[in-house]
Amino acid sequence: MDGFHDLGGFQGFGAIDHTINSKSYKPVFKEDWEHLAYSLMFLGAAHLNKFNIDQVRHAVERIGVRQHVGTKYYERYIIATATLLTEAGVITQEELDDALGSHFKLANPNHATGRPAIGDRPAFEVGDTVTVRDEYVSGHTRAPAYVRGKTGVVLHRTTEKWPFPDAIGHGDQTALHQPTYHVEFPVKELWGDAADDGYVIVDLFESYLDKVQA
Amino acid sequence: MNTFASKLSSSTPGERARALFKVLSDKNLIPEGFIEGITDLMENKWDPANGARVVAKAWTDPEYRALLLRDGTAACEQFGYTGPQGEYIVALEDTPTVKNVIVCSLCSCTNWPVLGLPPEWYKSFEYRARLVREGRTVLKELGTDLPDDITIKVWDTSAETRYLVLPMRPAGTEHLTEEELQKLITKDVLIGVSLPLAV
Repeated sequence: MDGFHDLGGFQGFGAIDHTINSKSYKPVFKEDWEHLAYSLMFLGAAHLNKFNIDQVRHAVERIGVRQHVGTKYYERYIIATATLLTEAGVITQEELDDALGSHFKLANPNHATGRPAIGDRPAFEVGDTVTVRDEYVSGHTRAPAYVRGKTGVVLHRTTEKWPFPDAIGHGDQTALHQPTYHVEFPVKELWGDAADDGYVIVDLFESYLDKVQA
Repeated sequence: MNTFASKLSSSTPGERARALFKVLSDKNLIPEGFIEGITDLMENKWDPANGARVVAKAWTDPEYRALLLRDGTAACEQFGYTGPQGEYIVALEDTPTVKNVIVCSLCSCTNWPVLGLPPEWYKSFEYRARLVREGRTVLKELGTDLPDDITIKVWDTSAETRYLVLPMRPAGTEHLTEEELQKLITKDVLIGVSLPLAV
C-alpha cells in the first residue's frame, strides 16, 4: 500500500527530537493510557484470536492520512485494534461511540483483498544479485516503495520461514511460508546524489524478489 | 482550526484508549491480570540492560561472540532474552570501517526482549523518513559525527528479523569487568545511533 506510513526517503521532515543518550527511556509509558495500546492489541490477537499482527500493521496503514499525521504512535494502535475488533464483530462502532461520548473514528475500510505468494521457485543464495519486483500492491506489503525496481545483493537468507505478509495481512490463513533475505542496496542507487553515502539493508520476503542472472 | 481537525480532536487519545478498554471490559473479554502481565513485560522485563549483558559478554568471551554473530537467537536465548518481537535475532557487527544503525521505516519494529520497547524518537516520522536516506547527517545531528572512511549501514526492519548492534569495544577498557562494561552500552548504542560511552 503506497500510504503515508511508507516513510523511507520522504523529504521535508525536520530534526529528530533526540540527542544520543540524553533521554531516559524510563518510564517506558509516558502517559497512563499508553500501555493499553499493545496490551489490547495482544488481547485481540493472542487471546481472542481475532486477527494477527500483520493485520494490525495494515489497519494502522488504513488510518486516513489526515488523521494519521496528527496521531501519536500508541494512539494508532488503539485505533487499529478498535477497527479490527469492530470488523470482526466483537464490538460495534456504536458501543465505542457510547463509551467515548463522541464519535470514535476508526481506520478506513479495507478495499484490497491481498495476494498470494509466488511459490515453486528456487531459493536465492547469499551473494546473489536480486531485483525487487516492479509491482504495485493496493493491500498490505512489507516492501518499502524506495526499493521497488531496485537491485541489491543478498547478505543473508533466514533459516526460518514466515507467512507472506501480503496474504496473512488480509487474514488469509493459507498464506505460504517463505524465508526473507537481507538485501543490501547502495543508498546512491536508491536516491542518486540526493542522499548521503552508505548502504541500506532491507529484509525482504522471497516473493518480492527476482534473481538477476549473472 | 478547520472542521476536519476539530472533528478529530474532539476526544483525546487517552479517552479513546479508555473507551476501547471499557467496551471490552464490559463484555468481560479481558481476563484478570492480562493487561498487568503484558505491561510488566513491557515496562520491566524487556530492557536495554538485557542487550548490554549480551554485548558485554560478547566483548569478553570470544566463543560467545562467535555464537552471537552466527546465531543471534541462540545467543540471546541463553539469557532468556527471546519472545514476542525477538524470535529471530541477528547481531550486526561494527568494525573499524562499518557502523550499523537500525530503523523500521514502515512502523516501529524493534527487538523488544533485548532492546526494550522503542523510544518515541525512534518511532517518529522524522527518524523513519530520514535515516535510510541521509544516515550520516542524521547520526551527526543526533550527536555521532563519524569520519568519512566509516561506511554507514542502515538496517530497515521490514520483516521478522530483529536486530541488535554489536559495537566495537572502546580502547582503554581492557581492565573493566563484564559488569562494568555493561554500563557503557546504552539503548542508543544497541540501536546503533551512539557509540559506546567513553570510559
